[in-house]
Amino acid sequence: MAINRDSNSYTFGFAIVLVVAVGTILSVLAIGLKPQQEKNDIVKKQLDILSAMMDTKAKGISRKNAEEEFKKYVNLDDAIVLDVNGNIKEGVKAFDVDIKKEYKDKNMKDADRNFPLFVAELDGKKAYVIPVVGKGLWGPIWGNICLDEDMNTIKGASFGHKGETPGLGAEIAQPFFINRWIGEKISDENGDFAKFEIVKDGSGSAKESKVDGITGGTITSKGVEEMANRCLKVYSVYFKNSKK
Amino acid sequence: MSDAAVKTKAPSEPLFSKKNKKLVTDPLTDNNPVTIQVLGICSALAITVQVEQGVVMGGAVLFVLILGNLIISLMRNLIPSRIRIIVQLVVVAALVIIVNELLKAFLPDVSEKLSVFVGLIITNCIIMGRFEAFAMANKPWPSIMDAIGNGLGYAGLLILVAIFRELFGSGTLYGFQIFGNSLPGEETGLYTLGYVNNNMMILPPMALIIVGIIIWVQRSRNKSLIEQH
Repeated sequence: MAINRDSNSYTFGFAIVLVVAVGTILSVLAIGLKPQQEKNDIVKKQLDILSAMMDTKAKGISRKNAEEEFKKYVNLDDAIVLDVNGNIKEGVKAFDVDIKKEYKDKNMKDADRNFPLFVAELDGKKAYVIPVVGKGLWGPIWGNICLDEDMNTIKGASFGHKGETPGLGAEIAQPFFINRWIGEKISDENGDFAKFEIVKDGSGSAKESKVDGITGGTITSKGVEEMANRCLKVYSVYFKNSKK
Repeated sequence: MSDAAVKTKAPSEPLFSKKNKKLVTDPLTDNNPVTIQVLGICSALAITVQVEQGVVMGGAVLFVLILGNLIISLMRNLIPSRIRIIVQLVVVAALVIIVNELLKAFLPDVSEKLSVFVGLIITNCIIMGRFEAFAMANKPWPSIMDAIGNGLGYAGLLILVAIFRELFGSGTLYGFQIFGNSLPGEETGLYTLGYVNNNMMILPPMALIIVGIIIWVQRSRNKSLIEQH
C-alpha cells in the first residue's frame, strides 16, 4: 500500500471520516427512533401513575395494555394543575406538564412552575395522584404518590430513578421501601402540611411522618424526603382550601 | 497478557483450533481479566450487590466486547497508530449509544435496567484493554473468540462476587429469599432465630475484600500465577 499511515494528512483524514460516519449513524438513529421512544415515554408515565394506585403486576397491567387501563381509572378531564401557592391554574393540561424538565430548569421562576394533580377512581372511591420529582445521589429521582379520598392518607406510591446505585439507592423503587410510606399522612389535624423525615434508627414504622431510610442509600433516601416535602407541601395547601 | 496478542495465524487454521479454544478458556481461569489482570475493578465494586445486576452487566459487556473487537479487528490495518486509543473510544461509545437507543425504542424495560450501566460499559478498561492488546493485532475470528473469553471471564467473576454479597448482605439470591423474610416485624425462617443480614456486605469495600479473597485462593491453588520479584 502506498499510503503512509503515519502521515499527518492520513491521521487527520481518518479522524474526520470516522467522526462524520459515526455522527451520521447516531443522528439518523436518534431521529428515526424518536417517535417510538416518545410513545414509550407516554406509556411509561401512565404506567407510573397506575402503579402508584395499585399493584399493576397483580392486575396484569404492563406496557402493552397501560393505555386502555389508564383510561379506565383516570379521567384526564378531572385532572388539574396547581401553581406554587396551591391555586388552580387554568389553560394547562396536566398530562402534558413535564415536571422533570421544569425541575431541571433552574432559571424557571417558582411562580411559573406547574404542579399537576390527577384524579382517579379506584373501587368506587376517589384517589389523587401527585407526581413528584427531585434528585438522588447520581441523578434525578421521581415518583407518584397516591392519596386516599380523604386527601390526606398515602394510599400508595411508585418511585423511579435514573441511575442510583443498584442494591443501595436504587432500592427506593422496591415495594418494601414504598410500603413504608403507605398510611402516612401529609397534613396534621389543622390541615397544615406535616413534614416527612427519613430516619435511620428504625423508628419510622411506629411514628407518624417518619419513614425508615435505606441502609447504604442515605443520600438517595434523603433525596426522596426532600422531594416529598417540597412537592406535597403545594398540594396540601390546595387540599386544605378545597376541604373548607 | 500481550504474548498471545502478537502471534499471527495462518489462514488455513480451523475455526475451533486449540489456539482459538485457548483464547476462550484462558480468560475464564488463569488469565481472568479481573483477578489476574486486575481490570474492571470499579464496575466490579459498583454492581455486585445483586446477582441480577451482575448478570445484566456481564451480558452487556460481553455483547459490546464481541462487536467492538470485531469492528476494531476489521479496521486494524486502517487505524493510524497515533490516534488509535481515541478511535477505540469512539467505537465503544458509539456502540453503547446505538444499543441503548435501540433498546429504548423497542425494549424499554431492558433499557431502564441498563441505564445505570451505560457509563460503566464505556469506561470499562477490559473493553479498551482487549481492543488495544488483541483486536488491533489479530484477525476478526480470533478477536471474537478472545472477546467471548474475556467477556465471560468478567461476567463469571461479577456473578461469583455478587452471589456472596447478595446472599450474606440481603439474604436473597437473584431476588429470591433464601434465609426467609428479613423485614422487621414479619421475620420468617432463619431471621426468627436471631440471624441478621451483614450490612457491611452491601457496602463497596466488601466487594474489594471478596475479590481479594478470590485472588488469594486462585493464586494459592496455582503457584505459577504468583509474580516473581
